[in-house]
Amino acid sequence: MSTTSGKAQRHSQFVGQDKPRRNAIRHAHGRGRFVDDIAFGNLAHLAFLRSPYAHAEILEIDTEAARALPGVVDVFTGPDLVDICTPWVGKLDHFSGLRTPEQYPLAMERARWNGEPVVAVVAESRAIAEDALDLIMVEWAELPAIIGIDNSRSTNGPILHPQYDSNVAFVMNLTAGDAKAAFRDAAYIVEDTLELGRQTGLTLEPRSIVADFDPSLRKLTAYHSTQTPYQMQDVFVRHFNLSEENVRVISPDVGGSFGMKLHVYGEEMAAVAASIRLGRPVKFIADRMESFLSDIHLREHKVHARMALNSGGEILAMEVDDATGIGPFSVYPRTSAMEGNQALRLMGAPYKMPHYDGTLTVLFQNKAPTCQYRAVGHPIGVTVTEHLVDLAAKAVGLNPFEIRRRNIVTQDMYPHTTATGYILERLSHEECLAKLEALMDYPKLIAEQKEMRERGIYRGIGIAAFIEITNPGPAFYGIGGARISSQDGCVIKLEPSGKIRVSVSVTEQGQGTETIMAQVAATYLGVDLDHVDVVTGDTERTPYGGATWASRGAGIGGATVMKAALAMKENILEIAGVILQGEADDFDLVDGQIVDRSNQQVRMSLAEIGRIAYFRPDTLPQDYHPQLSVSRHFVPQGTPFDFTNGVQASYLEVDVETGIVKLLNHWVVEDCGIILNQQLVDEQIRGGVVHGLGGVLFEECLYSENGQMMSATMADYLAPLASEMPDIQIDHVCTPTEMTPLGAKGVGEAGTAAAGAVVLNAVNDALRPLGGTLRTTPLTPERILKALGKI
Amino acid sequence: MDPLIPVSYTINGKSVQQQVSVRTTLTDMLRHQMGLTATHAGCEQGSCGACTVVVDGLMVRSCLIFAIQLDGARIETSEGFADDQLMDELRRNFADRNALQCGFCTGGMLVAAHDLLSRTPHPERAEIREKISGNFCRCTGYEAIVDAISKTAQALPLEDSGK
Repeated sequence: MSTTSGKAQRHSQFVGQDKPRRNAIRHAHGRGRFVDDIAFGNLAHLAFLRSPYAHAEILEIDTEAARALPGVVDVFTGPDLVDICTPWVGKLDHFSGLRTPEQYPLAMERARWNGEPVVAVVAESRAIAEDALDLIMVEWAELPAIIGIDNSRSTNGPILHPQYDSNVAFVMNLTAGDAKAAFRDAAYIVEDTLELGRQTGLTLEPRSIVADFDPSLRKLTAYHSTQTPYQMQDVFVRHFNLSEENVRVISPDVGGSFGMKLHVYGEEMAAVAASIRLGRPVKFIADRMESFLSDIHLREHKVHARMALNSGGEILAMEVDDATGIGPFSVYPRTSAMEGNQALRLMGAPYKMPHYDGTLTVLFQNKAPTCQYRAVGHPIGVTVTEHLVDLAAKAVGLNPFEIRRRNIVTQDMYPHTTATGYILERLSHEECLAKLEALMDYPKLIAEQKEMRERGIYRGIGIAAFIEITNPGPAFYGIGGARISSQDGCVIKLEPSGKIRVSVSVTEQGQGTETIMAQVAATYLGVDLDHVDVVTGDTERTPYGGATWASRGAGIGGATVMKAALAMKENILEIAGVILQGEADDFDLVDGQIVDRSNQQVRMSLAEIGRIAYFRPDTLPQDYHPQLSVSRHFVPQGTPFDFTNGVQASYLEVDVETGIVKLLNHWVVEDCGIILNQQLVDEQIRGGVVHGLGGVLFEECLYSENGQMMSATMADYLAPLASEMPDIQIDHVCTPTEMTPLGAKGVGEAGTAAAGAVVLNAVNDALRPLGGTLRTTPLTPERILKALGKI
Repeated sequence: MDPLIPVSYTINGKSVQQQVSVRTTLTDMLRHQMGLTATHAGCEQGSCGACTVVVDGLMVRSCLIFAIQLDGARIETSEGFADDQLMDELRRNFADRNALQCGFCTGGMLVAAHDLLSRTPHPERAEIREKISGNFCRCTGYEAIVDAISKTAQALPLEDSGK
């Protein structure tokens, strides 16, 4: 508390400061509390028999020996759950024509991917449950597996769902202007086909749930590692026929999620079903191989794209044919069409490009289902666009900065609608590009690259502009019929000690949500940051809301907390006015002290307000009822999203003998509006960049021709480690959004959006003198050596 | 049900008697029998480093060793390191620099960082990156972790081993 000579000093401007996270201190002391860390009495453990085949009919299941094993409590199959759990379908109304069959917790008559859960065993320990799996006999009839995108698209190959006439789940066409005419009149046309490899989430904490059903009241408490507790509450209510007030979802510490932990998975539904069957708590913690086999995968796309330019190097049009393989089902409740939809709409989005013709084809395959993950669709849209921009730069004879400068949307154009229909409030491409060029000292790098090439060292420079979708409004899911809230809520309570408790519906998975919500509350209330505690992740203790996904926590959650803090402050000043026998307007709240607005003289502490209001209201006027908690909700307004923008660059070296890429430097200039906590913003960007670098260089869910997943361990699925990653230099431009009172936009996905694109461009730049072009990611040494004609 | 065998250890400085099955890993014994949950199971095949602990002065993957193998051993987990100034500094710098996000890798990462600075008190950045490459972090991209370890090292006396 900061008072000197009776006057308060304003220290309570915490927005924009680098405040460390209280939960980081907890984790650094080994005091994290993840689902698997919580002790329960009478706990049973769940394990699954999974399909060893990519595609097979289930002829017979014999569970007798498994049931007889001492310690086994229950064994059940898909048909055993039909009376407990209703099936789900991953469709949204605004993806008209999207088709996908009903899905059940466990496979019903057919298994459709290698790793699909088929039989569940509940036992007194996980070890016993796994022992019992070995005693289950399943008679399978293997069916032909549909694996590759071309394989799925083929009109004369096998069809995955016999009730459909093809393997096509969804087709979308998006046009603007007259792309055909633009290509006819173009001075330059560049085109290529890119293939982006399938990745997975790989959160270090695997998917985890303890479902605890109390049959006496039909009340379910789920301790669930999810980013969206309210969405999961709704899912459990509807599919298990429970009453909403009787379902509580608690998300304790969540060990990474990145979008992977907001989908509905059969295993978690089976855990709830098991707890309902048994009336005791049931735990399922995926082991690492189960995670690889059954967590959502992402970004398997094959894109043929063309770009038309005029003689001045201005982009006239793009034509895009994007085919994506999503596995056997569209994932519930957000659908597996969203990634392709966003990829298609992000094509050419930083640029003035007036004409567009894009087609998305979403295909079924016998692989794990794919769905939304950090930077949904962005890496595909950005990689394809920026690869073509580099090809165009070469064709036109412009350097990579110059061609982008000629084409980016400029300040005089806002608000601007992209050819693909996104409405951009105000972005800062020109400022970001100029800042990047200075930050990386581009002329010096060019000179160094030239000098190195003469010595037989092949270095490359890649740049990429991007926009990022943040702060989604009701048009995102609600309009499509999904019960996923776009609003958030916040309750602020004054404690008797004068401390502040904030409970808010946005959630924390390590990004620092709780800290920035505390910073916003402390700032707009006028109290010390240490006096604010934030509660998240419990449907019973927080207001209902959308939670954290699509880079919405800071922007929408922050605005919600700001509104609640301002309302709480109004209440506190009213109470101060009553106690001090003045008007509320005479006073202000500064650093937890009530001060005279006119001269900042301290009149009383917030603790004194708390004491009087809670314990001595008899000293207040008759019939005066101090309001000591407030709640506020906030609904995003205006356009469907608040876009951010930025530009990234990579400098790297390709060893042309081994095909190994060494990352030398990476730069990001980003504009997320008002920065609430720069260290946390920068670390979101760095973490996001490394997700992108993993995808472009290492990570790949490999399947054999018959659909066996070949990279289902951390020794086979390569992900970035410290020694392979560069330091990442970051700078900012700040264009506040006017769509929220706080002015903050999201930043969680910016790093991932373009990191892969700049590396692809840099590798191709490095190989340019040797004549090889990479078109398939990840850029493995084998693919690089093949592009160089060495193998 | 598995037969149980009595074993004894010194865990974080305290004598401990446990009954373990022959197939119980050190990770599971620490987590589920001792309630020492800062040691995490991230991959259970020695790839991710989240389960890293110190056994008789050596850094080990607790998921790759059975609890029954360690009768009589001194085990230090991430919760331990009582009165260890180096670990205190690492913890403070990890939190201040936001060298952890979700916190799941942190226990193992801190043990690895402590091991590195105990042996090499003043490593270069590249050496820090190399030495923590047995520990996977999905959140940070590693730079903040390297910064936190580097800052801890800079505060160590030049001659001292850091203990």
